[in-house]
Amino acid sequence: MDITEAKTNHKKIATYLSIFPGAGQFYNRQFIKGSVFLFLTIIFMSAFWDIIDIGLWGIVTLGEIPMEDHSIFLLVQGIIALLVIAIGITIYVINLVDAYRNGKRRDLGFEKNSIRQQYQNLIDTGFPYLMLSPGFFLLIFVVIFPILFVILLSFTNYSISNSPPAKLVDWVGFDNYIDIFKMDTWRHTFFNVFKWTIIWTFAATTLQIAVGIFLAVLVNQKELKFKKMIRTIFILPWAVPAFVSILVFAGMFNNTFGTINNDILAFLGIGPISWMTDPFWTKFALIMIQSWLGFPFIFVMVTGVLQSIPNELYEAAQVDGASMWQKFKNITFPIVMYATAPIMITQYTFNFNNFNVIFLFNGGDPAVVGQNGAGATDILISWIYKLTLEVGQYGKAAAITMMLSLVVITVAIWQFRRTKSFQEEDMM
Amino acid sequence: MNMKTQRLIRLTLSYFAIAVVTMIILYPVLWIIGSSLNPGNSLSGSSMFPDDATFKHYKELFNTEESDYLIWYWNTLKICFLTMVITVTMIAFMAYSFSRYRFIGRKYGLMTFLILQMIPNFAALIAIYVLAVVTGLIDTHIALILIYVGGLLPMNTWLAKGYFETIPKELDESAKMDGAGHFRIFWTIILPLVKPILAVIALFAFITPFTDFILARVILRSTDNYTLAVGLYDLVANNFGAEFTKFAAGAVLIAIPISILFLSLQRYLISGLTSGGTKG
Repeated sequence: MDITEAKTNHKKIATYLSIFPGAGQFYNRQFIKGSVFLFLTIIFMSAFWDIIDIGLWGIVTLGEIPMEDHSIFLLVQGIIALLVIAIGITIYVINLVDAYRNGKRRDLGFEKNSIRQQYQNLIDTGFPYLMLSPGFFLLIFVVIFPILFVILLSFTNYSISNSPPAKLVDWVGFDNYIDIFKMDTWRHTFFNVFKWTIIWTFAATTLQIAVGIFLAVLVNQKELKFKKMIRTIFILPWAVPAFVSILVFAGMFNNTFGTINNDILAFLGIGPISWMTDPFWTKFALIMIQSWLGFPFIFVMVTGVLQSIPNELYEAAQVDGASMWQKFKNITFPIVMYATAPIMITQYTFNFNNFNVIFLFNGGDPAVVGQNGAGATDILISWIYKLTLEVGQYGKAAAITMMLSLVVITVAIWQFRRTKSFQEEDMM
Repeated sequence: MNMKTQRLIRLTLSYFAIAVVTMIILYPVLWIIGSSLNPGNSLSGSSMFPDDATFKHYKELFNTEESDYLIWYWNTLKICFLTMVITVTMIAFMAYSFSRYRFIGRKYGLMTFLILQMIPNFAALIAIYVLAVVTGLIDTHIALILIYVGGLLPMNTWLAKGYFETIPKELDESAKMDGAGHFRIFWTIILPLVKPILAVIALFAFITPFTDFILARVILRSTDNYTLAVGLYDLVANNFGAEFTKFAAGAVLIAIPISILFLSLQRYLISGLTSGGTKG
C-alpha cells in the first residue's frame, strides 16, 4: 500500500471523470453520492431546459412581436434562467471539488467509507444546507431577484407609454443614465432633488444628534431630580409609530386649520406662515419634525454611554480646574463619539432614504414648475416612488435607484470595514 | 457661596430647558387627543380642549359599516404576527447553521448577507411593484409578508449568529456523544439558551411591518386590504382634512397600545439595536 500510494493518481482521474457529473464519485466507489449527482443533473437538464432556452432568448431580445411577446415577462423569465444556471454551475463545481477531494483521500491511502458512513456523512454535510435553504430561497426571490430586476430595468426604455403587451420594451444601454445628465429637464430635476437630499440628510441628522447629545448630558447631571420620569417623557416620540406622528404634524402645520398658525404663532403675535405651500417653510418644518422624531434614539444611546464613563475622569478634571465646557469637549464628547459613531452614521443613511417623513408630511410638495415629477421637498427615494407609481417612468426610476444605491452601499461598506465583525477572523 | 449660586443657576436653567422640551413633546400628543374629542368633522373653528367633548369619532371607527378601521387593525396585526413567526423560525435555523457548521459556501453566504443588509429593501421599489403586478401578487398580504421577512433576514441573522456563538460548543459535543441527532441538539439544547435574542428579533419583526408605510402603499391597492399606516394616510390625504377628527381618534388608538408596548419592552429593543450597530 505504501508503494502504490505515490503512483496512483485518483484525484486527477476522478476530477476528469466528473466532467460528466457523478462519474468521478462512481470511480471513487461512492455510489450513493454519485447517484445523487447524476440524478440532480438529469432532473436539472430535463426540468429546466425549456426555461433556460426561452429565458436566454427572451432576455437577449425582450420579445419580437408586440401583443404576442410580453417583454417584462420575458425579462423575468430571463432572470430566472440566469439564476437557474448559477445554481447549476454551483452544483457542478461542488461535484468536481468532491471528486477531487475523495480522489486525493484515496491517493493518500485512506480507507473508503462504508455505505453506512457515506450515508451518515451525507446527513452531516447536508444538514446545514437543509436548514439554510428556506431562508435562502426566500432571499433569492424577494431580495436578490428584485435587485437584479432593477439593475436590468435601468438599461431598458420601459415606461408607461411603451408598456407591454401592446408594445415592446428594448435594451437601450446607458441611455437612461445619459439622459438624466444630458436632457435639460431631467438634469435640472435630478440636481435639484439631489441637492435637497444632501442638505436634508445633513441638516436633519446633525440637528437630531446634537439635540440628543445635549439633552442626554443635561438629564445626566448628578443633582437633577426626577430623572426616570424625564427620560420616559423624552423617549415618547420614539415610542409612538412615526407614521402617526408625521400625519399629526401634517395636521398641526396645516395652513388653515393647523394649531401652529392658529394657536402658537397667534399667541406669540406672529402672522400665519404658509407651511405647506412655501418651499422654504416646508423644508424648515420637515427638519424640525425629523429632530422631534429622531432625537430620542440618540438620547437613549448617549445616556447609556454617559453612565459608563468612570467618575474619576471628571474628578481629575475638577482638580485641574477644568470648566464645564472643557470637561464636555475633552472627556464626554470624544467618548460618546467613539462609542456611538457607527450608529450615528446609520442615522445619516436612514435619513438619506427617509421616505416616510417627506411623503407623509406634504407628499414632497409644494409642486415646482418644470421639474419632472418632483416637488420642492422630494428626496431621491420619494422621487423614485413618484416616477414609478405616478409618472410611470420605470427605466429612469431604475437608473436613479442604481445611483442612489451606489451612495448607500459606499457609505455602508466604508462603515462596515471599520466594525469588529468584519475583521473577525471567524467570519471568514 | 459662589459655587452654590453657580450650581443653582445651572440647575434652574436645566429644569427650564427640560420643561420646554417636555412641552414640545407633549403638545402634539395633547393636541391630537383634543382633536379626537372635537364634535365637528373638520377642525375649523374648534378649540384644543372642546367644551362639548365627545367620543363619537371613536364610536364611528368601531362601527364596521361606517369605517374600515377595524379591518385595517386586523390586517396589520395579522401581517405583523405572521412576519414575526416566519422571521424568527428562519433566523433560528440560519443562525444555528452559520454558527455551528463549517460547510462549503458558508463564507460566501455570510458575505452575501452582509452586502444585502446594506441595501434597504425598498431600493428595489420599482422591481417589487412591477414583479407584483406581473406575478399577480399585487394587493395580497402574502406578498407583503414575504417582502418584510426577506428584508429582515440578513441583518437579524448576523445579530443572532453573534449571540449563538456565545453558547459554548462543548454543550453540543457532549449531546452528540450521548447520541443526539442534529435537529435534537438544535431543538432541546440550543433553542432554550438563545431565547433572549430570538425575543429581540421577534419584537423587531413585529414592529417593522407595523410602522412601514412605503411597501404597504406600493403593494396594497384596495381599501379592504390596507394596513393602518396606509389607511390612516388615506383618511387624511383624500379628504383634505374634512375627516380630520376621525383620523385623530384613529391615531390615538394606535399610539396608545404601541407606546405602552414599546415603553415596557424598550430595554430589549435598545440592547438589540446597539449590538446590531456596533457589532454589525
